[in-house]
Amino acid sequence: MKRRDSIKAIIVGTVASSVLVDACTSAEEKTKPAEQPASGGIDRMKEEAEYEKKLEAETFFTTHEMATITVLADIIIPKDEVSGSASEAGVPAFIEFIVKDMPQHQTPMRGGLKWLDLECFERYQKAFKDCNSKQQLEMVDAIAYPEKAMPEMKQGVAFFNLMRNLTATGFYTSEIGVKDVGYVGNRPNQWVGVPDDVLKQYNLAYTEKELKECI
Amino acid sequence: MGDFQVKVHPKEYDVIIVGSGAGGGMATYMLSKAGLKVGLLEAGPMYNPQLNVTQLKNPWESKRRGASTKFRPFGDFDGCYWGWSVDGEPYTKTEGTDWMWWRARMLGGRTNHWGRISLRFGPKDFKRKSIDGLGDDWPIGYEDIKPYYDAIDKLIGIFGTNEGLENDPDGFFLPPPKPRLHELMIKKGAAVTGVNVIPSRLSILTKKIESTTERGVCFYCAQCGRNCSMAKADFSSTNVLIYPALKTGNVDVICNAMAREVMTDKEGRATGVSFINKEENREYQVKGKVVILAASACESARLLLNSKSLRHPNGLANSSNVVGKYLHDSTGAGMGGILPQLLGRKKYNEDGVGGAHIYSPWWLDNKKLDFPRGYHIEYWGGMGQPAYGFGWDIQTYNGKYAVAGKKKEAGGYGASLKEDYRYFYGAGVGMDGRGEMIATESNYCEIDPHVVDKYGIPVLKFNVKFSDYEIKQAKHMKETFREIMHNMGAVITWGNDDDEKNMYGLNKPGQIIHEAGTVRMGNNPKTSALNKFNQAHDCKNLFVVDGGAFVSQADKNITWTILALSMRASEYIVDQLKKNNL
Repeated sequence: MKRRDSIKAIIVGTVASSVLVDACTSAEEKTKPAEQPASGGIDRMKEEAEYEKKLEAETFFTTHEMATITVLADIIIPKDEVSGSASEAGVPAFIEFIVKDMPQHQTPMRGGLKWLDLECFERYQKAFKDCNSKQQLEMVDAIAYPEKAMPEMKQGVAFFNLMRNLTATGFYTSEIGVKDVGYVGNRPNQWVGVPDDVLKQYNLAYTEKELKECI
Repeated sequence: MGDFQVKVHPKEYDVIIVGSGAGGGMATYMLSKAGLKVGLLEAGPMYNPQLNVTQLKNPWESKRRGASTKFRPFGDFDGCYWGWSVDGEPYTKTEGTDWMWWRARMLGGRTNHWGRISLRFGPKDFKRKSIDGLGDDWPIGYEDIKPYYDAIDKLIGIFGTNEGLENDPDGFFLPPPKPRLHELMIKKGAAVTGVNVIPSRLSILTKKIESTTERGVCFYCAQCGRNCSMAKADFSSTNVLIYPALKTGNVDVICNAMAREVMTDKEGRATGVSFINKEENREYQVKGKVVILAASACESARLLLNSKSLRHPNGLANSSNVVGKYLHDSTGAGMGGILPQLLGRKKYNEDGVGGAHIYSPWWLDNKKLDFPRGYHIEYWGGMGQPAYGFGWDIQTYNGKYAVAGKKKEAGGYGASLKEDYRYFYGAGVGMDGRGEMIATESNYCEIDPHVVDKYGIPVLKFNVKFSDYEIKQAKHMKETFREIMHNMGAVITWGNDDDEKNMYGLNKPGQIIHEAGTVRMGNNPKTSALNKFNQAHDCKNLFVVDGGAFVSQADKNITWTILALSMRASEYIVDQLKKNNL
């Protein structure tokens, strides 16, 4: 069988049919699943589902804070020739959820946003989100480079590091971001080893033993 | 307490099994196939991998993008319910003890998410005291367990290669997957240091096996940790043992059942198990001719110690006073970094199987070393599925390398930063040692006289400390890893600044999740709780078939040996029942 055919056989044959066959067995008819996932969702046990419902009902950031987060996120991850921006990838909503899920981020985020507004007010007499984009970038430049930032900017640097982390993590785990970074797995396939051109590029080769023993 | 009453489960079973992980799953499978009526108690819900699915989900399908919670400490897609903490079920520790206790609460237990590393113990692993004077020899040898390892290889399926290594025995292996790119680099780097690198031995089907038509083959999504709902191509107790056993019609799963005590009669024989139904918050008793504990090493010890009676005043099967003692885990230490040659690498699907395609079995002679026993090395790296934590703290490294020929200021933002994330993705590499901790009497769990869980069941208190043996082993791991990383040209980014002050980065005891030794077997009833067939010396119709029965645990992940011993004990039970001996 050719490689492509064997992949197809895996997907159509084994994978699909084993699920279908087992869905009809009597043993499974008489047992109830732990918790039926909502359609399209992932498996949740009872305690998890309750916890997530509780989180969803809460709101952490104010409208002003969310607007600031959105501006910052799009400065950190703007649209470029490869992919869209952080806000296009839903990063602000992810940040709202994750600070509820991980309360350790709440004070650094809330306090950091406040620090940023106060700093901008001192510099430009405006909150960060209301500054023009030249002023916003000037402010960001002062806190985005930890090694050259002025000592009095250190709290801002710490906040921006966290904001960068949350933005990047939110972005690169979104559909847009996964595509951007070039992750092409998470799908049925047949692993046949490192592509030949890549082996050549690194001057590597499989041994006779590996070629003989491995699938 | 007006309506307080204990209900008696209507059915009486041939066998009551407590716990549905590797040991309990295998016993359920073997005994139900032999025609015995089995009542299987599980403290968690009726998980069904065919319906409770996280496999092949994308990171954005998790609101927290795969980050961990207390419900799923290994991440939001992980196949194990609960872990380092369970609501309402505390445990305590003596001062100076930092034991971490993983507890799964679901049908199939932690086998739903484990690493599938399936290593046979070797001949030396059963006779360590005879070799180095430490710990104890097992009452069995490799020749006793070999037929069961062979049977499990064929029944469950495992890939690997026969290498003819003395203490890492050959088996019946399916073909392993070819190494990934970073794994080829590791292989070269390790060879310089004299570290042997061979194909992994994982219980994942790379081809169909003859024992079943119900399971498919691996389709290389690297998500064994989520349990293989789609193809049942990896070993979990649920997919491979329990659901097939249910088809015999001989098994009733009694889920959400937290065992309280093993009940005994006046003669001291086990008569069944009392438990609380967590959903109903109601007390039950279920009767059986034979009782098998497989609740995990520590939970089984807890259950025995809580099962006091006139005939067993010290807890059941504990006239030796060893129950709870000799608790040990694997040692662990790790190191990670970046392979500069992989920066800006070509992107392709290198998911492969869940876990490394290669590993290093222990390769040295302890006579020339300052610590006993050994460790194996597990490797990682490459282009994994992005999850929460992706790109974290890039400001600590993106100023150190030229990206597309240009060195930049650390940190940053904008299109230039996006270029960096793409550039660094897939360049990570690292390794972890998993070694043998010496089982000693002074490391133990016991019943805390002051604390109960929310069901009123007295909880465990842990007293476990590492000795010099383990610390020196971790030091050796670090030295080895540093050399391999150096040989590969990797830049170490973590795990390189450990020293005697932090025990060379040794993981906490319990953290590797290989708890064992608490109900150990032996020929002498004064120094062991079980005989060589996992049968209690003090109570012949009581068996323990989890990691509790282990005398020592080698530097080999313990699941394959739990399965082999449980299969062997099950055969013995069938035989003894036939002879009317139980």
